[in-house]
Amino acid sequence: MSSNINHVVPGSHDQLAHAAAPRVSDTAHGGAPRFNPRRTLPLRVELRRQIGRRRTQISLGFLILLPLLLIGAFKIGSPGSRDGRVTLVDLATVGAPNFTLFTLFASAGFLLVVVVALFAGDTVASEASWSSLRYLLVAPVSRARLLRQKFIVALGLAGFSLVLLPSVALLSGWIAFGWAPARSPTGSSLPTGEAMLRLAIIVGFLAVSLLFVAALGFYAGVRTDAPLGAVGGTVLLVIVSNILDQVTALGSIRNVLPTHYSYAWLDALGPTVQWDSMLRGTISSLAYSTVLLALAWRHFLRKDIVS
Amino acid sequence: MRSRQSAGRPRRKVLLWVAAVAVGASAAGGYAVVSSKSPPVRTEVLRVAVGPEADGAPVTLDATLYLPDSKKPAPAVVLAHGFGGSKQDEDSDARYLAQHGYAAIAYSARGFGQSGGLIHLDAPAFEVADASKLVDLLAARPEVLKDAPGDPRVGFTGPSYGGALTLLAAGHDPRIDAIAPQITWNDLGRSLFGQSAQADSGTVPDTPAGSMPISRPGVFKKAWAGLFFGSGATEKGSAQTQASLACGRFAPDVCAQYQATAASGTPTPALSDLLAASSPASVAAHIKAPTLLVQGEADSLFPLGEADANARAIAAGGTPVKTVWYSGGHDSPGSSADQDRLRSVTLSWFDRYLKRDGSKPDTSFQFAESGTGISLQDGTVSGSTLTTSGYPGLAGTPAAGTASVALSGPQQDVVAPAGGFPAAITSLPGLGGALAQLSSTGLVGSLGGASNQDATFSSTPLPASVLVVGSPTVAVHVTSSTGDATLFAKLYDVPPDQSQAVLPEQLAAPVQLNGLPSGGTDVRIKLPAIVHQFAAGHRMRLVLSTTDQAYQLPLTPRTYAVALADGAVSVPTVAASTVTDNTLLFWAAGIGAAVLLFGAIGWYVLRRRRDSRETNVDPDLVDVPVAISGLGKAYGDGFRAVADLSFRIEPGQVLGLLGPNGAGKTTTLRMLVGLIRPSEGSIHVFGHRISAGAPVLSRVGAFIEGPGFLPHLSGLENLTLSWAATGRPAADADIDAALELAGLGEDVHRKVRTYSQGMRQRLAVAQAMLGLPDLLVLDEPTNGLDPPQIREMREALRRYAATGRTVVVSSHLLAEVEQTCTHCLVMHRGRLLAAGPVGELIGAASSVSVEVDDVAKAVEVLTPLTGVRGIGTPEGGGLVLDLNGIRPGVAVGALVGAGIAVDRVAPRHQLEDVFLSLVNEGEPQR
Repeated sequence: MSSNINHVVPGSHDQLAHAAAPRVSDTAHGGAPRFNPRRTLPLRVELRRQIGRRRTQISLGFLILLPLLLIGAFKIGSPGSRDGRVTLVDLATVGAPNFTLFTLFASAGFLLVVVVALFAGDTVASEASWSSLRYLLVAPVSRARLLRQKFIVALGLAGFSLVLLPSVALLSGWIAFGWAPARSPTGSSLPTGEAMLRLAIIVGFLAVSLLFVAALGFYAGVRTDAPLGAVGGTVLLVIVSNILDQVTALGSIRNVLPTHYSYAWLDALGPTVQWDSMLRGTISSLAYSTVLLALAWRHFLRKDIVS
Repeated sequence: MRSRQSAGRPRRKVLLWVAAVAVGASAAGGYAVVSSKSPPVRTEVLRVAVGPEADGAPVTLDATLYLPDSKKPAPAVVLAHGFGGSKQDEDSDARYLAQHGYAAIAYSARGFGQSGGLIHLDAPAFEVADASKLVDLLAARPEVLKDAPGDPRVGFTGPSYGGALTLLAAGHDPRIDAIAPQITWNDLGRSLFGQSAQADSGTVPDTPAGSMPISRPGVFKKAWAGLFFGSGATEKGSAQTQASLACGRFAPDVCAQYQATAASGTPTPALSDLLAASSPASVAAHIKAPTLLVQGEADSLFPLGEADANARAIAAGGTPVKTVWYSGGHDSPGSSADQDRLRSVTLSWFDRYLKRDGSKPDTSFQFAESGTGISLQDGTVSGSTLTTSGYPGLAGTPAAGTASVALSGPQQDVVAPAGGFPAAITSLPGLGGALAQLSSTGLVGSLGGASNQDATFSSTPLPASVLVVGSPTVAVHVTSSTGDATLFAKLYDVPPDQSQAVLPEQLAAPVQLNGLPSGGTDVRIKLPAIVHQFAAGHRMRLVLSTTDQAYQLPLTPRTYAVALADGAVSVPTVAASTVTDNTLLFWAAGIGAAVLLFGAIGWYVLRRRRDSRETNVDPDLVDVPVAISGLGKAYGDGFRAVADLSFRIEPGQVLGLLGPNGAGKTTTLRMLVGLIRPSEGSIHVFGHRISAGAPVLSRVGAFIEGPGFLPHLSGLENLTLSWAATGRPAADADIDAALELAGLGEDVHRKVRTYSQGMRQRLAVAQAMLGLPDLLVLDEPTNGLDPPQIREMREALRRYAATGRTVVVSSHLLAEVEQTCTHCLVMHRGRLLAAGPVGELIGAASSVSVEVDDVAKAVEVLTPLTGVRGIGTPEGGGLVLDLNGIRPGVAVGALVGAGIAVDRVAPRHQLEDVFLSLVNEGEPQR
């Protein structure tokens, strides 16, 4: 070779110099020894990747803050005029369970949708935008497994925030308004045990209903490389679905819309729980989620990664 | 090795399309099946001549015959309509029956619609005779199935006014084979003059809604009666009859009796006789046609007790009777689910008794429990249907159970105001379901009235929930200031917090007592028949009120004293089970099965894909780090990024990948690590075929097109997490070597978003070296580094290769490649131009450029020198010597010895020349 006039900084590559020669690999899959394709990207690793992010902390923080803001608003505002129609808003200060119901009612339509879309849509798209997706795939993490682990962690975070909101609302409502049996707008009142059971049913149904949003966000995140596009697109589609749901001229076509049953959990507030709408909502959400997730998997498994 | 992908891809696409079309077709087919395509129905408008009016005027009735689409004669059904309607009201039901194979005839009763004649309130001589005429008409039609000449197989159905006609027709005409009257009366006098005070003897029936009122006429339902009379009075005359101003199309005798009664509130004897003749009670014992009785729970005009009386009377003759209670009635249309249920129940009834389809006889008792409230989401009233094997107390079915609930309260004085106003409002006849629907939500308490009109008796909170099915009984002691009393008894459901009491179905039981002694009398009252669940913890509250706006009230003021006689209310209960709605279960099961099937298919497909990958080993290539054969990548628009690329990399080589921008270097490297799928050809790394996520990639470290770090984590955390993502033990990572190479020092603990480009680059190359992979792939590793860092990087790569591992470096910097690499690969426009050891590519010769003061003389001196293969004189001055086998020093010595001053001797980058010439050669040919 031509003359080498380079200086080597002494000691910076000593470790390399002492590195062992490459071992012959005798694994069945041809990979490095002690490499197991089924153990790549453990959940705790993915969780650690997501938790430190500013947006995770801000979302969770805001969910904790919202009930406190609402309490402040109720304390500042005056009781207001009764126009004869009793809604969840009027009953919000009756006691902690009622306050929790109102908080859920106020946030289920938009806020929780945004939070879930954020966790689900952002997870793959932000890896693409940081250019770290290709390094994960080359690790190698198989594509299906990468999607699976990411989706599980996204669902876990979304589920956690879904439980966080009513828990904080319950606790802060208890401190602010005391504990009283839940009263429903239909006039019936529920004792504590029953109210807690109903809350659990409501949160459970919300989880299933928001699964659709998570699946849609995940699919959008897999298709685009821009996290904002994925989350924003998901929220936009949910809003469009809600708008179409208002058009009564569509008749029974509205039942096919994915967000048609998003408020079906209100049926759990009557004297007895009406399972009808909630069951339909569950079926609708599961069907849409299955289709969207299947599409997401299929797309990602074949995609050429250029990010 | 050609892969089978290119052959398999189109076939897989075809399969996918076929599957999609199959799914779409089955979905469309299923939808078509579900959305019940209805067979066509022929209609014929008929004019039926019937008996004349009392004054001799001829009457024809307007009827429509709906014929089914069948060749054989079909059984027939006659549909009568309710008061104030016409045959149009029965159009949809008639079509439904015709679509299911019946010949249906809907007609307008005399005095309504386009028919002639006057309204006689279902008098036997007129409307009932008309019904027989219709049966004669059906007997004459060839499309109608017959049992005997002149005796067609015929059923009869209708609501309210039409329902009573059904019963009366069946009682008078034995040819009718099955009937399904709905929401109709048993005794019209008792319906219009409500009386809930029970006769003293022990003949009160033990059916849930059974009642044996005292024989005195009750309180006049002036609101309902006025409504009906008003609608009959405004009925426009047809072409055949004139309508009088005051009576409309009512027959004069009916009109006169009504007007006399409405003025006083007590029925004239003539009216009572008229009403009794129009009541099925008179002929019920003669009805032999199996009867389906449908009655509404939200009906203050013909409450559930009317159907009860019909059922008892008909069943006493041994005829099969089925009783169905539904959530609607005259006060409410009922839920749509209930309306569908009624249609299917009626159809099954006719199928059994008219078509004689051999189905099991079904006399079960069905009732709707709708007190569970409104769905907050879409405002629909929801409820459930309960059933028990027979109507309790009838034809061998055990009687309904009773539960006794204790009431308490002192004797109370109540006032009936002068003029009957202000009066409590419980129902709004004719205004539809508004109040009845809202009643169950408790939003409507007791409207109007004054508190001194109500005597209230409450129970203690119920220990367990009670489902009341039927009419409760209570005994009270009533004293009146005038010797007669008009009271309205109601049973409220009061929630624990006493907030809003609910009056089930907004029904009140009117009581009319006459000839009371001065000390008052005990009277047993049957409260309104309801289906209502009193939840545990709720209370029952009995209220006796002196006013109700829908009834005729006494005009003079009086006071009553009301007390409980035996301190308890006895409520009927029926043990019943829910009729489950199967459609949702079907859906749930169907979707669940589909999801499971899909999941199983997906799992199976992915499994197969993984297995097939794992068996893709070429044993000959196990020691070869990279073997690429026939590699090509074409994009959808036809652009070929890589074409027909084939080469091998041997262990221990440092391979430089060269090419201008767009040559396909990055695409090749991305295909090498499985990020991009090749269109053709294959890549084998250590003998294992590369695909996305291939396990053999764990022996490959890559740095492609720049660093990729999580900005919110520190550099060290990024490294450790990226190693942890491989799932391999941390000890294998050799993190210290990587950190030493990156050379970041303490900065490695700061967040990556604070790093400069160079720091990230070094860290990323170090990350590629984690675990010391056997193959290192670097795409432009020195991009953005300053010269000292480039030098370090070069040395690190040398050391790396010196351990026996293989390195692939792609670069623009030809000088770097020339100094670092042992082998070289030149690409241009996706094709391989040249490959081989660097020395071979450059040639055995080395080249130096020399700056001298006298070029011509230097050329003279050097030309005869052996080992100088060529001398070039470039434009910028100086000389370029092409040496072969001699050291540059020898040439310099020769120049100096000749007295020429040599200012500079520098090595020439010949790789650049080779490269440019290769590239330029490539241009015109391809």
